[in-house]
Amino acid sequence: MDYFLELFLGGLTRGSIYALIALGYTMVYGIVQLINFAHGEIYMIGAFTALIVASVLTILGLNSVAILVIATAAAIVYSSAYGYTVEKIAYKPLRNAPRLSPLISAIGMSIFLQNYVLLAQTSDFLPFPRLIPEFAFMEPVSHIFSSAELVIVATTMIVMVLLTLFIKFTNIGKAMRATAQDKTMALLIGIDVDRVISVTFIIGSSLAALGGVLIANHIGQINFYIGFIAGIKAFTAAVLGGIGSIPGAVLGALILGWTESFATGYVSSDYEDVFAFALLVLILIFRPAGLLGKAETKKV
Amino acid sequence: MTQEILKSLKAAIWFMFLTFPIMVIKVNTVYKTIEWRWMNMVFIGVGIFVGSFVWRWLLNRKDNPTVKKDHVPVSTRIQSYLAENPMAKRALQGVLLAALLCFPIFMNAYQINIFTVALMYIILGLGLNIVVGLAGLLDLGYVAFYAVGAYTYALLNTNFGMSFWVVLPIGGALAAIFGILLGFPVLRLRGDYLAIVTLGFGEIIRLVLENWNDFSHGPSGIAGIDKPDFFGLELSLNQMTDAIYYMMVAFTIITIFFVGRLQNSRIGRAWLALREDEIACQAMGIGRTRTKLMAFALGATWAGLMGVVFAAKTSFINPASFTFLESAIILSIVVLGGMGSIPGVILGALIMILLPEYMRSFSEYRMIIFGGAMVLMMVFRPQGLVSNFRRKYSFHGVDERLGG
Repeated sequence: MDYFLELFLGGLTRGSIYALIALGYTMVYGIVQLINFAHGEIYMIGAFTALIVASVLTILGLNSVAILVIATAAAIVYSSAYGYTVEKIAYKPLRNAPRLSPLISAIGMSIFLQNYVLLAQTSDFLPFPRLIPEFAFMEPVSHIFSSAELVIVATTMIVMVLLTLFIKFTNIGKAMRATAQDKTMALLIGIDVDRVISVTFIIGSSLAALGGVLIANHIGQINFYIGFIAGIKAFTAAVLGGIGSIPGAVLGALILGWTESFATGYVSSDYEDVFAFALLVLILIFRPAGLLGKAETKKV
Repeated sequence: MTQEILKSLKAAIWFMFLTFPIMVIKVNTVYKTIEWRWMNMVFIGVGIFVGSFVWRWLLNRKDNPTVKKDHVPVSTRIQSYLAENPMAKRALQGVLLAALLCFPIFMNAYQINIFTVALMYIILGLGLNIVVGLAGLLDLGYVAFYAVGAYTYALLNTNFGMSFWVVLPIGGALAAIFGILLGFPVLRLRGDYLAIVTLGFGEIIRLVLENWNDFSHGPSGIAGIDKPDFFGLELSLNQMTDAIYYMMVAFTIITIFFVGRLQNSRIGRAWLALREDEIACQAMGIGRTRTKLMAFALGATWAGLMGVVFAAKTSFINPASFTFLESAIILSIVVLGGMGSIPGVILGALIMILLPEYMRSFSEYRMIIFGGAMVLMMVFRPQGLVSNFRRKYSFHGVDERLGG
């Protein structure tokens, strides 16, 4: 039973991280119908920024809570800045191009950013400092659920609630929903669509950065390539839940997290990534619109 | 003008901020030292300041084309001239062929090897071009079929001693079957989902090869694969290099011929039509599933054949040769050269493979340049270096020829 619980909680942690990244995909897709392939790289840049800032601050001798806060803030600021810039450079000029063009541009951006970090920093795995402290009250259960995992799950839950409130009740949230429904109509009633798209990218990127810091802290090492696999898996989660749907992304991410956790726990750990991809392929075959997505019929 | 300078200045400052942590700070966590690379920031600032002028100028030129409507780009003009003058076309083909055949006489083995690789990528590019350029299906897992071909030969050769020429068609056929296997379930998907599924498929194949030790020997790969045999001749290493080179020249010519014919055949036109409008296409009576599967299968066949050649040429393979990066390189060959255009793909392959080879000191920047070029290409020249040329048949009226 303990083993089961451990896998369950491990899956929950994994799923929470995937959810943070998947939200960026799903929000961007909902608004501009683009798979932002470079999203995984934004997450990787968030983790790298946090690592660099945290290392500098550690050498300067700050205490760990201050480092955690500053490093996370830096990661969020920089990831949003990158997300915003990537959109302006690689996607905005292609807004009216055929669908394949922005996708190829996104792949190019992803390769560019990976190699940018590789050249500017290193290709080795870098150790990521453990910033989240061990809580005393978690002591009795720490063998199956660590404090870091608790922080991940709790942060994700809080962020989800905030995001839902933001989209439901703020003006820009309403503008986002309107743009997702009909871009032309949104323009007609005076919504600045370019601004809405920028805000979407910024929010998605900050969530990815948060995910990046949390997972890097949990796993303890990062390199320039972590964004690729994480990006693909988060995308799988988004598709699983129905791309464009925010609760769908969370649901999909949790299902993916549990699938991976149980499959590696009970079947084999060699094929961890294969399970995720196989799940993606199966979902797309049998339910292309995802679990919570609406099937789209094209009218002629 | 001051406004323009101000804009560039803003962009420069923005990018200096953006690249600050990653480009400037480098922390050594073991020795606890920080290296501040302020020079990088200066480079970025100056580079972006100049670059943003070029960027805006290019964007402006793209949005407000100053060239006249009937202006025909050089590449199209050359292609239409060649299409209308078969003599000139034959002459050009003859010169190119002669140059290719004479190449090994003047060059050393190293150069020939590089050129052989370039020819392989031309064929891979042409194969992917069927799927991406003609049928408009973005396939990001193309390298999986390449891997299928390579492992087919490696396993059949090392386990059963089967020879290159026997396995060559088997490898191609097996890759085609895998293409259909992948194609069948995913054809209902829209373009961008398809891209991700093919990417996932490519990764699954690689991960299986990496982990299934009993079957594929895992990450350590398979060594000691036989080189192709040419009529049972005993060839020295240099002669073998030459022989493989000539074999690749022959393959390339066959592929170009085949793909060229394919493009203008019934199925080729169906692909183009399907790419442009799926619904209209089905209304015209073109079977969507069949047509798309054909594209997948034919594209995969070439990858499979090249996989067999690759395994035979290097005589050692492991899963590391079949990463997503390889798919990305082949895709950028197609995109850079011009989707759907055969001369474009050839030019793209030559640029992508030969340029990094001859600029060794530059080679670590290879991937970053690929990535950047893909973005710039899509933003400023989505049709690629050589735009796809289709011969136009026009009717000039009856009296022109018959004299009324």
